[in-house]
Amino acid sequence: MKTITKTIRSIGLATLGAAMLTTAAARADDTIKVGILHSLSGTMAISETTLKDAMLMLIEEQNKKGGLLGKQLEAVVVDPASDWPLFAEKARELLDVHKVAAVFGNWTSVSRKSVLPVFSELNGILFYPVQYEGEESQRNVFYTGAAPNQQAIPAVDYLLENEEVERWVLAGTDYVYPRTTNKILEAYLKSKGVAEEDIMINYTPFGHSDWQTIVSDIKTFGSAGKKTAVVSTINGDANVPFYKELGNQGISAEDIPVIAFSVGEEELAGLDTEPLVGHLAAWNYFQSVESDENEAFIETWKAFTGDENRVTNDPMEAHYIGFNMWVKAVEKAGTTDVDTVIDEIIGVAVPNLSGGYSAMMPNHHITKPVLIGEIQEDGQFEIVDETDGLVAGDAWSDYLPDSAKLISDWRKPLSCGNFNVETATCGGKGS
Amino acid sequence: MHRLIRPLTLLLLLFAVLPTASAQTELGGLIDALSTGKLKQRSGQIEAIAATGDARAVPALQALREGDLYFRKSDKKVFITQKDGKDFRLIDPLSGELAGTETKKALSKVKTNNRLRRQIDDVIGALTLLSEDPQTRIAAAATIFKTADPASLETLEAAIAQESDAEVLAAMQRARAAIVLKTDAPDSDKIEAIERLSSDGGREALPLLTAMAARSEGAVAAAAQQAVAKAERTAALWDTGQTIWYGISLGSVLLLAAIGLAVTFGVMGVINMAHGEMVMLGAYTTFVVQELIRANMPGLFDYSLAIALPLAFLVSGACGFALERGVIRFLYGRPLETLLATWGVSLILQQAIRTIFGPTNQEVGNPTWMSGAYELGGLTFTANRLWIVVFAMIVFSALFVVLKKTAFGLQMRAVTQNRKMASSMGIRTPWVDALTFALGSGIAGIAGVALSQIANVSPNLGQNYIIDSFMVVVFGGVGNLWGTLIGAMSLGIANKFLEPYAGAVLAKILILILIILFIQKRPKGLFALKGRAVEA
Repeated sequence: MKTITKTIRSIGLATLGAAMLTTAAARADDTIKVGILHSLSGTMAISETTLKDAMLMLIEEQNKKGGLLGKQLEAVVVDPASDWPLFAEKARELLDVHKVAAVFGNWTSVSRKSVLPVFSELNGILFYPVQYEGEESQRNVFYTGAAPNQQAIPAVDYLLENEEVERWVLAGTDYVYPRTTNKILEAYLKSKGVAEEDIMINYTPFGHSDWQTIVSDIKTFGSAGKKTAVVSTINGDANVPFYKELGNQGISAEDIPVIAFSVGEEELAGLDTEPLVGHLAAWNYFQSVESDENEAFIETWKAFTGDENRVTNDPMEAHYIGFNMWVKAVEKAGTTDVDTVIDEIIGVAVPNLSGGYSAMMPNHHITKPVLIGEIQEDGQFEIVDETDGLVAGDAWSDYLPDSAKLISDWRKPLSCGNFNVETATCGGKGS
Repeated sequence: MHRLIRPLTLLLLLFAVLPTASAQTELGGLIDALSTGKLKQRSGQIEAIAATGDARAVPALQALREGDLYFRKSDKKVFITQKDGKDFRLIDPLSGELAGTETKKALSKVKTNNRLRRQIDDVIGALTLLSEDPQTRIAAAATIFKTADPASLETLEAAIAQESDAEVLAAMQRARAAIVLKTDAPDSDKIEAIERLSSDGGREALPLLTAMAARSEGAVAAAAQQAVAKAERTAALWDTGQTIWYGISLGSVLLLAAIGLAVTFGVMGVINMAHGEMVMLGAYTTFVVQELIRANMPGLFDYSLAIALPLAFLVSGACGFALERGVIRFLYGRPLETLLATWGVSLILQQAIRTIFGPTNQEVGNPTWMSGAYELGGLTFTANRLWIVVFAMIVFSALFVVLKKTAFGLQMRAVTQNRKMASSMGIRTPWVDALTFALGSGIAGIAGVALSQIANVSPNLGQNYIIDSFMVVVFGGVGNLWGTLIGAMSLGIANKFLEPYAGAVLAKILILILIILFIQKRPKGLFALKGRAVEA
């Protein structure tokens, strides 16, 4: 017993020593610090660990190119452990203790909401890389993931045009992202002339595994003589039993296609993809995109992780774009000062991985292409459609009555995230 | 105008390709044309191939449908491909002869989407209507029935005229009736078609009839409405049966998850929070077994579950044995400490699995005999659920026999009913405790094998079932195996009847509230134990 305590103590001392060494080294070098706020443990670790690795890779690549403003970049990684209040604490630690120049992080909307007050209070910069429900625009946050009009709406358009779908099942997990997205989609479909009785909305709990009734309901709903499709905002684990049940009840992608917003390469890796083949997903990036930038990115990623089978996905591309935008804005401004960078980054355009350029809009969202992919047996996507040009992210949906009159423009003199064009005042919803 | 021109050119094309020699090159040219243009033009290209009416196009179309059709980047020639290690074997789409191999880089896939695949099904259906094999003809008729494209009517009627097999003829007549509804045939024909669909169209005819009822007027609409009403009446009846089946299926999943707990908690009174992790260990054992089989003996894959069953029982059982000997035996009679200690163990087991196998889901495949569905009248039984119901019943009866008919079962019951008396009769009570706990855990392990077929195999697997398991055991009555069976089934069926009305989220909450109210009324559950054991 005594030896164990002894070993523990020595290990503790060793780590402490190592930690002190690194901080000492850091102070000596005078680096620019970049915060990474992704869960490395708990339920979200599955998805967020990859993003942490992607950020480390981007920072390493930038340092190889000579760093930024003649200084080396230094990553500060913290672990908020999938615990929403802890996100706020860790954000405070990054900004207050480590004095980072920018933070890249968060996955779930609830964790983002929890750090928002910290970023506005301490005046930091956050790059948020995941598709989300919109209805938000903050001065200190840059949204590099898709807003609903950059993923959900084009996906529905694809089904309307190419599959001539007339009946819609909006199926989602019961939390804020599916509920808001479905509210927007419902309003959009109705504006396209879809009748109330041709829309079926269904919510299930997290990790739902018994899909028999719901799939059979979808089957019945789809047998009204009109082409039917499912728009799925089903999250994470619940997807596999859902697709399995579809397959078992004999519903193929040709009969009732499912288009998903939360199923990407990372989620498909290591899954029995057979029941999923032919179903669809909408993203702004797929690993199968054919472009020189993407090829180079995948190669660097595989080399960095040392694993031939690691896949790339959409939120990684969002970090790639966000990080490069920040680098470019800092170079333009000649400083990492937060207020200057926030002003300078608007209008900055950097290459995205699908062979075009993405630009930062005044509403702190970016322009992106929207791609529709079909799931293949190897867990990759085959791109079957893409928007003609870039789609600009819309913070406030045009299809929700109380959001349609709001605009966001962080350029002076407006400098407002929720400007009401009817009353010509700043503030109100979401402030 | 455009609409007219296309069939005309196709017709001309048809005449042009009549001589076989030029047909060969013509069809080849049309197939090679698939390598050009965008996805949006492909529909026209497929139409052109279909217009040749040449059944030799079928393999190429089939390959296109399955995503096996590639073209060589250098000369844009289209080939059917087969994977050969890292390279692709090229097969000439018409002659079916081998035409060399190429690397993946030199080839490019001919893309399709769902809509094109439907079109291809249709085309293949029309092209194979005259096939020699009756099964192929039935399949062809079935695809035509599904799409009911008026363009196939002529081919179909020609096929009907020379069909002799009664079964095939019925399938073709069904398809014909479905098409007639879409054409502007006279009312009498349509009514006849409606009657045919109503009498033997099955459930799939309902959408056609509903659409017809909405579209038409007069006598046709009346006939359609009548047929719809009739179909809906039978459908409603079948639906009730289907819901009961879903309930039984959910019930047997609950039963499987809870039955091990019925032994450890129900019989021994140990609140074992690590029960879910025993289930998880069983599921991971299945995963490991399947991985080994995939790597070494792929032929045995269909038997993987049979191999995994005893192993899962041993792994989880051994784990339970160690848990009882190492932790729980020191805590008998202290439920709160037991609860905390076993909860700690469950966290340790979860993290251990996460460290060994990683946090992501593991792929556990379904053997072929567990995929697909069986139809019985208007009921659909998916194979995996059906087997799980059967399996749950087997496990239940086996456990019942062990408890009631074996010496070990007798000792077990003796110990739980009166420990001191059992001990003085010469039973080694600590040993019986350990074995009982191992039995309960082992059963949880084999439940894990079954659950791996329908749920995600991840470190969190057990957590999803632990609450449900306790719910079932408490509801059914602690210490009573029959109670667990009835409890699981009634919870399953009640859940499934509530789900369509209340939604999945609310149904779960309602069930929980009902159980709370029930426990208030009958604290000992459905089947309360009576006798001296209760007072002890």
